[in-house]
Amino acid sequence: MRRTTGLAAVSAAALLITGCGGGGPQSSADSKLTDDKIVLGVLNDQSGVYSELSGRNSVKAVEMAIADFKAKHGASVITDNISVESADHQNKPDIANNRAAELYDRRSADVIFDVPTSSAALKVADVAKAKQKLYFNITGATTELTGKACNKYTFHYAYDTYMLANGTGRTVTEQGAKNWYIVYPDYAFGQDMERSFSAAVQQAGGTIVGKDPTPFPNDNFSTFLLKAPTLDPKPDVLGTMQAGADLVNLVKQYNEFKLREKGVGLSVGLMFLTDIHSLTPAALAGTTYTDAWYWNFDQRNREFADRFQQVTGTRPTFAHAANYSAALQYLEAVQAVGTDDADQVVAHLEGKTIDDVFLRNGKIRAEDHRVIHDAYLAEVKPAAEVTEEWDYVKILKTIPAEQAFASPSADCTM
Amino acid sequence: MSGFLQHTFNGLVGGAFYALLALGLAVIFGMLRVVNFAHGAFYMLGAFGAYVLLTEVGVPFWGALVIVPAALGLLGMALERAFIHRLTRLDPLYNFLFTFGLTLILQDLVRSRYGVQSSPYTTPAGLQGSVDFGLFTFPTYRVFVLGFAILACLGVWWLLTHTRIGMVVRAATERPELTRAFGIDVGRWVTPVFGFGIALAGAAGVLAAPMRAVNPLMGADLIIVVFAVVVIGGLGSIFGSVAAGFGIGLIQAWGEAYLSETAPILAQTLVFIVMAVVLLWRPAGLFGREEAPA
Repeated sequence: MRRTTGLAAVSAAALLITGCGGGGPQSSADSKLTDDKIVLGVLNDQSGVYSELSGRNSVKAVEMAIADFKAKHGASVITDNISVESADHQNKPDIANNRAAELYDRRSADVIFDVPTSSAALKVADVAKAKQKLYFNITGATTELTGKACNKYTFHYAYDTYMLANGTGRTVTEQGAKNWYIVYPDYAFGQDMERSFSAAVQQAGGTIVGKDPTPFPNDNFSTFLLKAPTLDPKPDVLGTMQAGADLVNLVKQYNEFKLREKGVGLSVGLMFLTDIHSLTPAALAGTTYTDAWYWNFDQRNREFADRFQQVTGTRPTFAHAANYSAALQYLEAVQAVGTDDADQVVAHLEGKTIDDVFLRNGKIRAEDHRVIHDAYLAEVKPAAEVTEEWDYVKILKTIPAEQAFASPSADCTM
Repeated sequence: MSGFLQHTFNGLVGGAFYALLALGLAVIFGMLRVVNFAHGAFYMLGAFGAYVLLTEVGVPFWGALVIVPAALGLLGMALERAFIHRLTRLDPLYNFLFTFGLTLILQDLVRSRYGVQSSPYTTPAGLQGSVDFGLFTFPTYRVFVLGFAILACLGVWWLLTHTRIGMVVRAATERPELTRAFGIDVGRWVTPVFGFGIALAGAAGVLAAPMRAVNPLMGADLIIVVFAVVVIGGLGSIFGSVAAGFGIGLIQAWGEAYLSETAPILAQTLVFIVMAVVLLWRPAGLFGREEAPA
């Protein structure tokens, strides 16, 4: 008994000593920033399938946002000490979970950006909620982030499965392609996309004449491509929910089986600029899809894309632009409220309307933290019309922010 | 009816890749008793070889179909001499680990140079059209792939049955110790056979480049099915590997065509269900033989 008391006394003393001695430099009296600095965390796939559509270049986009933010505010900037910490989550939910906790706790990140792969994105939302730190998801597609899994500290930027399905499924059907044949990879993302697309097509007066789940990953889609033109009634369009290498396989084989010549068009659920680049625009000419942002849409986007190219050597995907925008808007919010206190920043952001290089007619909805903005129906140009590398699509239609996203879900309670 | 024929033909084309890869694995296993886990990586290197030759040297598809398998065959022979040869006397686990590690190294080397996005490769100009079979039409390139694979398999069969090398390989595959006892230098043929197996994987990779996504992981996904094929055919059985390769291609195509809508899970796992059933019924595979006790 005496022994334990003695031990407790010693450890209490040790705590006191480290508490006083190890506390580091005292905060200046007027700073409301933790550790006198702002740390932006970027958690994404840095070597796998999503590393080129986002990855390290998104870290550079966030660095660009910091530089632009400092340049704009000059001497009145809240702090000069703003840094980026990044980590690779390899698209695995368990690794994402650990890396997110590490970013918030040990690497003092005030906020985490990006996080592709829906399952990983949802894990990080839980971490953000538990740690009460901010989280802007950019590349996760699931609507659950603003549905069942929504929370006070999580914001969903850029896009989601509803936006993709609604943009492409509804618009293409309204333009006359009534009969759809949908193929989707048989895992959470694909199933979610199929449900969203089928609903959007049917609401617009179209019919799903067939739908097939495919193995994931898969390198041979020939069975489904043979089947497509034999369906009754014949589909006007093949809707593919495949992504990454699966999408490349499907498109190559779609061309091989000459489905476009057989009267079956192609619509892609989710496609990034990097996908078009690797397939070549010739292989995709005439394909429609919904884009959250396009680098050559107007002069303002193009100026950003030029600067991005100077830094990275390549043109930005919408994921890069969205990471830039989210970092910039976070920093502006901290500047406005004068502190990096998460609750105060959240209060400032909720309901805010924003117009920046990425967000057109942007608004951060207070109800579910969905960041809504204009989206675009895009079509890949025929090879003959491509005059500049990376300028592969034309925008057919701007989908206004209010129509582009679903209304707040009843499942979301903050 | 034409639908069924079309799916059947299509299954044979898919099976052609399995057959070429399984055949390579079978000759390697027969001669070396090594399960080459790096086979998928060599298939991937084959496709990248075609891509690099086209974009950086300007060599078209036909040139690549000769150069790439030859070059990979030589690389395979060098690897056999330098590493695999030294490990065959040890526990088979060492070669498992070596070839598995080699896969990771090759994948990451390609990834660091060419990234993870798939590299573009178009169908060779002469093979872009379709062939009309009366009841159905089929892309010319796929007909070519099937023809190539059948010729390659027949060629190997002829080599094995009509040449002295073939006789040695067959004898060494069946009873290595006994073959040695007859004074035949089995060791001499080990390296070329390994190189030949790798060359087949390289050829399959070149064939895949125009119709599949060319990326560092393309072999990793395919090789799982190929191992199932080899197990079904019987490890080391050359005829078994080819028959099972085409058979699994057919089963997969029929399953996808007729079961996807009603029973997608079944359609996607059919290959492995077949494998499990075969293993229960004939543990050594359809055409394999129980190993004679050493």
